[in-house]
Amino acid sequence: MELVKGLFKIPSFLFGLGLFVATLALAFLGPVVLHIDVQNRVGDPYMAPSAAHWLGTDHLGIDMVSMLITGLRSSLYVGFLAGVVATLVGTLIGVYGGYKGGLLDDILTVATNLFLVIPTLIVLILLSSSMEKGRSLTLIALIIGCTTWTWSARAVRAQSASLRARDHVALARINGFSTFEIVIEQILPYLLSYVFMVFILQTATAILTEATISMLGLGPYDSISLGKILNDARTNEALIGGKWWAFMPAMVLVTVIAFSLYVINTAMEGVFNPRLRK
Amino acid sequence: MTDQYKFEAKNVSRVFGHGKKAVTAVDNVSFKIKDREIISLVGQSGCGKTVLAKMLLRLEQPTAGELLFNGKPILATGEPRNHWRQVQAVFQDPFSCFNQFFTIRNQLKASFRLFEKKPSPSEIEERVDQALLAVNIKPREIDGKFPFELSGGQMQRMLLARIFILKPQVLIADEPTSMVDACSRASILDYLMKLKEELSMTIVFVTHDIGLAYYVSDSIYIMHKGKIVEQGSPDEVTQHPTSAITKQLLEDIPDVHREWIARGAPAAAG
Amino acid sequence: MTAPALPVETAQHPAPKASAGKVVLEVEDLRVHYLTRFGAKIQAVDGVTFSLKQGEILGIAGESGCGKTTLVSGCMGLYIPPLYHTSGDVRIDGQSIVGMTPEQNRKEVLGRKIAMIPQGALNSLNPTRKIKDMAADMILSHDERADKKTIHDRLRERFSRIGLEADKVLNSYPVELPAGTKQRCVIGISTLLNPKVVVADEPTSALDVSTQKSVISLLFDLMNQEIISSMLFITHELPLLRHVSSSIAVMYAGQFVEYGTTEQVIFDGRQPYSRALMGSMLSAEPGQKSRKPVAIEGAPPKLDKPIPGCRFAERCPVAQADCKSTDQVLRVVAGRQVRCKYSDTDLIKQVGGDA
Repeated sequence: MELVKGLFKIPSFLFGLGLFVATLALAFLGPVVLHIDVQNRVGDPYMAPSAAHWLGTDHLGIDMVSMLITGLRSSLYVGFLAGVVATLVGTLIGVYGGYKGGLLDDILTVATNLFLVIPTLIVLILLSSSMEKGRSLTLIALIIGCTTWTWSARAVRAQSASLRARDHVALARINGFSTFEIVIEQILPYLLSYVFMVFILQTATAILTEATISMLGLGPYDSISLGKILNDARTNEALIGGKWWAFMPAMVLVTVIAFSLYVINTAMEGVFNPRLRK
Repeated sequence: MTDQYKFEAKNVSRVFGHGKKAVTAVDNVSFKIKDREIISLVGQSGCGKTVLAKMLLRLEQPTAGELLFNGKPILATGEPRNHWRQVQAVFQDPFSCFNQFFTIRNQLKASFRLFEKKPSPSEIEERVDQALLAVNIKPREIDGKFPFELSGGQMQRMLLARIFILKPQVLIADEPTSMVDACSRASILDYLMKLKEELSMTIVFVTHDIGLAYYVSDSIYIMHKGKIVEQGSPDEVTQHPTSAITKQLLEDIPDVHREWIARGAPAAAG
Repeated sequence: MTAPALPVETAQHPAPKASAGKVVLEVEDLRVHYLTRFGAKIQAVDGVTFSLKQGEILGIAGESGCGKTTLVSGCMGLYIPPLYHTSGDVRIDGQSIVGMTPEQNRKEVLGRKIAMIPQGALNSLNPTRKIKDMAADMILSHDERADKKTIHDRLRERFSRIGLEADKVLNSYPVELPAGTKQRCVIGISTLLNPKVVVADEPTSALDVSTQKSVISLLFDLMNQEIISSMLFITHELPLLRHVSSSIAVMYAGQFVEYGTTEQVIFDGRQPYSRALMGSMLSAEPGQKSRKPVAIEGAPPKLDKPIPGCRFAERCPVAQADCKSTDQVLRVVAGRQVRCKYSDTDLIKQVGGDA
């Protein structure tokens, strides 16, 4: 608890957290406070910002604020889901390999390295272009999660291997605990703060990855995401036409979410990673 | 019953790694441990005594030779739990032996999972209390406490309380006094004697301090670079050492004690 | 005040020659407290006074929780929250260090005037850096303008003087060196700037007996070579101090309970706690197998509130009815300072022998 309290005294952490909470508020309180409509045109295409439409309209004449808030919600959903999947898979494989050591560890390490060299983006692009219709937001999140877990696996494995030699693990063994119980009770609790940091990083990465592929036009067919807004702006010549409101706000939002998560992660690492303390 | 040994090691070795990087931690060691005996494994750090102790605990396997427990190969007990029901351990650093996320009481209660027939919850509570009393700790004093809230000496006694719960045939005590204060050291040793006397336990005491070994044990093995270089009764080994290693170990003990006795400092000596 | 005697020369260790020079470290009625996370104030050091002369080694003994380590931080001026200076003074070379900012302290005092040999010496080396880089940091932290050549020469000279193969050791990573050599490196690095006072905080407690012995002889070596001039040696093993220090202070519950020469405290202790610490010793002497070493049950008091009467009374084997009611002050008995009402009676002699 001491550490958590200490965390709330670090300015950069508070800054990152504030920024992230603000984006969350926008995503979840926005629809409550504002009128959101992404189905109907409210005016001409690319109307400049005005009192009625704060950020103007897009190429179809749909209110930009509505588009952004909906897109933000999708991005957060992708980030969260992919983050959970990547952290779960990665932590499980990392902890197990690190604790068990020996042949199992070798096999898992080879598997991890294999996945590591597969570029997520290319897999996504290939999968996306081959599945024109089935490309849902959830599927994309799962694909991102299943291809980026290697990072957490490697980070967690090293920590877990260093815990293996500890006496409380030896004592748990001669108490008759099974390997699974040891992993859950003796190893994971010591890694919780670490796993949480990994989760934050995975989430940020997932949000950026989704934005990238959506921008390339390979995004989900069923939802609006920040990346898709950027793609629409790109394909409909908003950049050339100087229609900044069609792409700038989406870019800023993606940057703000990822940036705030990275800041939180860095601050937490400073507190929780004993080697960086002091 | 014929003369049966608790443990018998026949040319046991343990090598880590292979090829050029191979390190022999335990090198062709043979010994016999009698029932209800306290034997000490004495040596400097890195002499292989801890690896040997881990093999007796079935946490490490010999790479060569044979290790018998109660006359049968150590793996013959089948499931490792069967072995741990009979052979238990206390380790050097009591703080790192407990998980900081659970209360001490809950961790003591975890020992009951080794029992073939698990007692009822109320009986478990009662037996934990008894074990705590056996090591002179008021049970209510540690209620709801976490490991970091106790002193080193108290934590080491918690490890011993665990042994009072499990009542194994053999206890492996790996440097149980090296991390506790001088004041608590004597009481830890007294509990080891009590376990031997009252619960007929066989104890393997691992230490770097030949003075402690002399005090508690019935027989002493001196280890150096993985080999047993000398063995015998405490008096033989300390009064008539034959190995240079033993002589060195004896010489390295601060010699203040002899002088202290000679000056008649302990007024009630004798 | 007791004038501690010269170090005891033995065949085992050539003890440093004491010059009985001027006073280097003066601690005057020092009180240090820290705050727990629940805001309770723990008076961990409660009125300690002593002085250390050039060439002198003072041993401070007591079990964990008696305030030894807090006293060390206090003497070094390391008042970093949650540790706070309550009152009293610490002077090194006549200069008070208690009011300094941490920044000033680090620049002017630490390493140069007073240096500590860390408790877990073997773990204090960074495994990813070469010995010479860590050593150079020590010099650079106090002299930013030192050039590479000067540093290199200085390190070579110093490492050879403490009996190491300088060229080989300096270019090694910690893992490449045996434990004994690493230990020497740690001591060598912490004393690079020739500090006036070296604090050795349990330098031997985690080591096996043979390594313990070599650490102590290295420290003596440094003193004989006048690399360091005086030392505070902190330990929980009172008997160990027999061949180490010239005088001993036994600490309990934040205070000195006995402070005198090594001879006085070890062989003729006048305080039940110091006698019990001696009695807990075990050795391989014939006939000692049947002797029952003294065990002191319980733990030192918490110090979050004032304790009436003698602080040791709770655990004292010979405590009398009036011990818990009368506060004990340090007074001179048989030539040393002692904090016990019954110091000059035979009652005290019942502690420390066979139970």
